[in-house]
Amino acid sequence: MVTPLLSVRDVAKTFTMHLRDGAVLPVVLGVGFEVHAGECVVLGGPSGAGKSSLLKMVYGNYGVDAGQILLQHRGQPTDLATASPRVVLELRRDTIGYVSQFLRTVPRVTTLDVIAEPLRSRGVGREEAQTRARALLSQLNLPEQLWSLPPATFSGGEQQRVNIARGFVTDHPVLLLDEPTASLDAGNRAVVVEMIAEKKRAGAALLGIFHDEEVRAAVADRIVDVTAFAPRRAA
Amino acid sequence: MTGEPLLRVSNLSKLFGSRIGCTEVSFALWPGEVLAVVGESGSGKTTLLNCVSTRLEPTSGVAEYRMRDENWRNLYDLSEAERRFLMRTDWGFVHQNPADGLRMTVSAGANVGERLMAVGDRHYGRIRSTALDWLNRVEIAGDRIDDEPRGFSGGMRQRLQIARNLVTSPRLVFMDEPTGGLDVSVQARLLDLLRSLVSELGLAAVIVTHDLAVARLLSHRMMVMKDGRVIEAGLTDRVLDDPREPYTQLLVSSILQV
Repeated sequence: MVTPLLSVRDVAKTFTMHLRDGAVLPVVLGVGFEVHAGECVVLGGPSGAGKSSLLKMVYGNYGVDAGQILLQHRGQPTDLATASPRVVLELRRDTIGYVSQFLRTVPRVTTLDVIAEPLRSRGVGREEAQTRARALLSQLNLPEQLWSLPPATFSGGEQQRVNIARGFVTDHPVLLLDEPTASLDAGNRAVVVEMIAEKKRAGAALLGIFHDEEVRAAVADRIVDVTAFAPRRAA
Repeated sequence: MTGEPLLRVSNLSKLFGSRIGCTEVSFALWPGEVLAVVGESGSGKTTLLNCVSTRLEPTSGVAEYRMRDENWRNLYDLSEAERRFLMRTDWGFVHQNPADGLRMTVSAGANVGERLMAVGDRHYGRIRSTALDWLNRVEIAGDRIDDEPRGFSGGMRQRLQIARNLVTSPRLVFMDEPTGGLDVSVQARLLDLLRSLVSELGLAAVIVTHDLAVARLLSHRMMVMKDGRVIEAGLTDRVLDDPREPYTQLLVSSILQV
């Protein structure tokens, strides 16, 4: 049996809202699934089931209360759930990528540099990083006159394509996708579906949320139903 | 990201009489890493910064630094001359008020060149061309090199202070509210500049700020302080997006959304 690139084991998470008199909000309990090289696993379930939260846990953006999130990192299983901040940053640089729902822009940084940055942080030269950024932006049909502008004022669909390009520009073995096609038109949705297929062929393990049924049917190898991990609500 | 840290702080406390400045603070900082220290006024973050940068003597605790010769030294055992040398060469300190870190009545070029002369550079032409290069990097026009910072805007002064600090290629920079008191558009420019310089030069930095947006933009890790203690610490986006402590939740929920 081949080792999965991502293995989530018995993960549990609750939010304690101290500003609401310590109200405890259970999110998920006993989460367990694996993602292997070359497959795209889709998290299913209605809004509020904890899909996005789970994706954020797998990226280390949300902490977990229990369980393991094992990533194959340089040939070693590394538990992101208990890793130090420095190791999490290293995992994000080399092993796990994330296309979030919304782009967090930095003032004055151009679109090309936003996309080239994950490559630059891995030591790729500016020229080469920008060349690869350009190729992705053309593939995603983002008008060329926008490339040298900071994306802060772009439309939702334009920002989403910048975000997708930033996530796809590297060859991270594990890639998380939080509704990457939500604000895209049919043409660009098809481009993203093809980009996901390319990633799978290249041996990446993908974990995503797709509300669009057509897109989900086109990319999903398996669906993990998040409602199966619903904790009983505290009274 | 293996290898040794640059700075190790253990159980650092500073009392002012019976009042706590900061207490039992421990952390390590690695080369290339930016640590933000956040909290409200009076939380002890500036006291901590001043202790770690040896501007204040702590009441107890240790701060060890890996010198350029790879030897670890307790900062509080250094002689005054050794500390001053460290401050002028291997460290930078960016004050909130640029007037505290600049000499307001000498030219911009001399403000930058002075740090080079402190490390033994005596070649006038080379000092001037390095100064010019640094003014350029912090986006100050070359024809302002002979002007005094008294005539500069707040944002320009802050950029000049940064150039003065970075010209000696320090390995560690301390910053105390580096964007405080500046207009938002000026802040954005400064933040972008700091962000790119820190990553280009691989600087380690400790940034004290009450502005969580600044912490998010610049830092890898953060520590939240309250009443002199570190109450929560971790990866910056984890602390900001999934805060655990009541006080951190209050801070995060108090940010105004634009």
